[in-house]
Amino acid sequence: MPTALAPSPSPVPAPPAGDETPPAIRPEPAVRRAIYRDMVLTRAFDQAATALQRQGELALWAPSLGQEAAQVGSAHALGEEDWVFPSYREHGVLQSRGVDLKQLLPLFRGADNGGWDSEAHRVHLYTLVVGAQTLPAVGYAMGLALDGAAGAVVVYLGDGATSQGEVSEALVWAASCAAPVLFFVQNNGWAISTPTRTQARVALARRGEGFGVPGVAVDGNDADACWAATAAALGRIKAGQGPQLIEALTYRLGPHTTSDDPSRYRPAEEEASWMARDPIPRLRAGLEEDGQADADFFAEVDSAAAALAAESRRSCLGIEPPDLSTCFDWVYGTEHSLVAEERAGVAGR
Amino acid sequence: MTAAVFAPTGAEAAAPAAQVGLGQAINQALAAELAADEKVLVMGEDVGALGGVFRVTAGLRERFGTDRVRDTPLGEAGIVGTAIGLALRGYRPVCEIQFDGFVFPAFSQITTQLAKLRARSGGRLSLPVTIRIPYGGRIGAVEHHSESPEALFAHTAGLRLVSPSNSQDAYDITRAAIACPDPVIVFEPKGLYWSKGQVAEPPDGAAPDLSVLNRARVARRAGETGGGQVTLAAYGPSVPQALAAAERLAEDGVESEVLDLRAISPIDFDAIAESVARTGRLVVVHEAPVFFGAGAEIAARVTERCFYLLEAPVLRVGGYHLPYPPALIEHDYLPGPERIVAAVRRALDF
Repeated sequence: MPTALAPSPSPVPAPPAGDETPPAIRPEPAVRRAIYRDMVLTRAFDQAATALQRQGELALWAPSLGQEAAQVGSAHALGEEDWVFPSYREHGVLQSRGVDLKQLLPLFRGADNGGWDSEAHRVHLYTLVVGAQTLPAVGYAMGLALDGAAGAVVVYLGDGATSQGEVSEALVWAASCAAPVLFFVQNNGWAISTPTRTQARVALARRGEGFGVPGVAVDGNDADACWAATAAALGRIKAGQGPQLIEALTYRLGPHTTSDDPSRYRPAEEEASWMARDPIPRLRAGLEEDGQADADFFAEVDSAAAALAAESRRSCLGIEPPDLSTCFDWVYGTEHSLVAEERAGVAGR
Repeated sequence: MTAAVFAPTGAEAAAPAAQVGLGQAINQALAAELAADEKVLVMGEDVGALGGVFRVTAGLRERFGTDRVRDTPLGEAGIVGTAIGLALRGYRPVCEIQFDGFVFPAFSQITTQLAKLRARSGGRLSLPVTIRIPYGGRIGAVEHHSESPEALFAHTAGLRLVSPSNSQDAYDITRAAIACPDPVIVFEPKGLYWSKGQVAEPPDGAAPDLSVLNRARVARRAGETGGGQVTLAAYGPSVPQALAAAERLAEDGVESEVLDLRAISPIDFDAIAESVARTGRLVVVHEAPVFFGAGAEIAARVTERCFYLLEAPVLRVGGYHLPYPPALIEHDYLPGPERIVAAVRRALDF
């Protein structure tokens, strides 16, 4: 009888201390360059999308500015066989998984509800209900275990999401089922205007401990550290040691979304201090210091980023609204008489 | 015509099926689907060792193992949310919510995720999740154990809602729900779990008939030549009440037709319109509060479709706009034959 989903042995093994950054193991130079490239491309796309929203071409945008190291660094530690369940700000994760970021634009322009081909890149759709993706992520990981598959699931969530009851249930289920899942918490300081201290009186890295999900904290603006922590966690998880949590300490340099105005609640000096810790120049300096990238490399990356921004702009302006009648096609997989009747009514207008 | 689809076949008539309780019929259906498809999973609180608080899943864990018949932690959002992930991985989870009033912690997962992912993904993602909810009153239960929340889910596109009223339908609906590529909520009338009826199982290997998720059944014909005076439309626990009311009315010479809707989303309006064409009057019966309930939708649509066929306004008999009352007075709250007969009298007086 398969026992892949047998409950964790009781008592749960003592987790490591919650605030230790794992040993500084750097990614290989090629991986490090790829991380840098995806960070720069993500930022260029993000800035283009932010501008498009300001010009009225997108209904809303959730900037990832400042969080590129946490997202791209962690995502590059995933294998082909692994799955991502994102929230709604993981543009850098999508870029790292090979999802064409232009596919995000219809969602934020109001032309579709975000339906890229999630199977193709093993990246589930964005979830706008805060924390709601964590339970399906755990369920998917349970399915991987039942199948005896090699992969794991990485579910991305923010500090605000950790207050949601569903996230606590996800931690319970993950531990109870020993599901191969990594909770990657990007603590970006603010859940719209709610500071992390209102969400947590104890470091979020320790949020999983009482559930039997050990956690570590990592410098979320250090791409190498995010890669290393994620690689180590996935190694443990895939070795059958159960779920884990990573808290990446980072900062949302922009607004929560383009509807937000952080100047109303956030001190300018706090933003400035984090601006000085921008993860992109930091990794560039590392690559230069270690002689792992030359001027040609950086010029090529900048050129590719400019091209992506321009393509994104063109792509966005070319997005047409769908025909309402097509919206009836996908509600059910089988005939539903109410939908059929209303579809016919719309077609006959 | 609607009834003929579900009439017993000649083979069944030749070999009468055993009498089994409605809950036991669901157990048989779960066993059949677990045996037919290794991707089917049964999950929920106490469904394994205990066999569920109503024993509907009794014996399944012993037969199919703890991986496929899973006792979960106590958390309804977790049950449904992880079922969504399992379905994305290719499984066909059947979730049990222990009681109607406990489904609300899972409401967000059901309405914001489960119902919408197919549409959001442009049809790429399929979520064959079945959610079984023992619901309704008449078992003398305490607070939160007797509610009828179906209208709250019927308002959400992407879900199918069904409710059986007899053993055969319970068997057929459960199998169809599991086989269906859409999320299906089966509102199981817990007060009827022990009511006996025949269950004819299809031949081994026969695919479930999905039409039971769409189509009403004529539970009582008004007469051989038609000519009934009223249609009683009901589903789940209200079907036996409507049938009992029809018997009383017949004693007084009032011929009524009873329609067992079975499906709450979608509702079989063709069957209702056909019946109203025969009778001219419609009374809708359900346990859920009348205000904004399924009966309101039926009344509105039947008025649109059958205005010139109606001899009286469509009337509704159901629960009041109250929290479900204490069980010792639930019989004053629930629509029984007396209130149904009174509504029919009102309809006849127009």
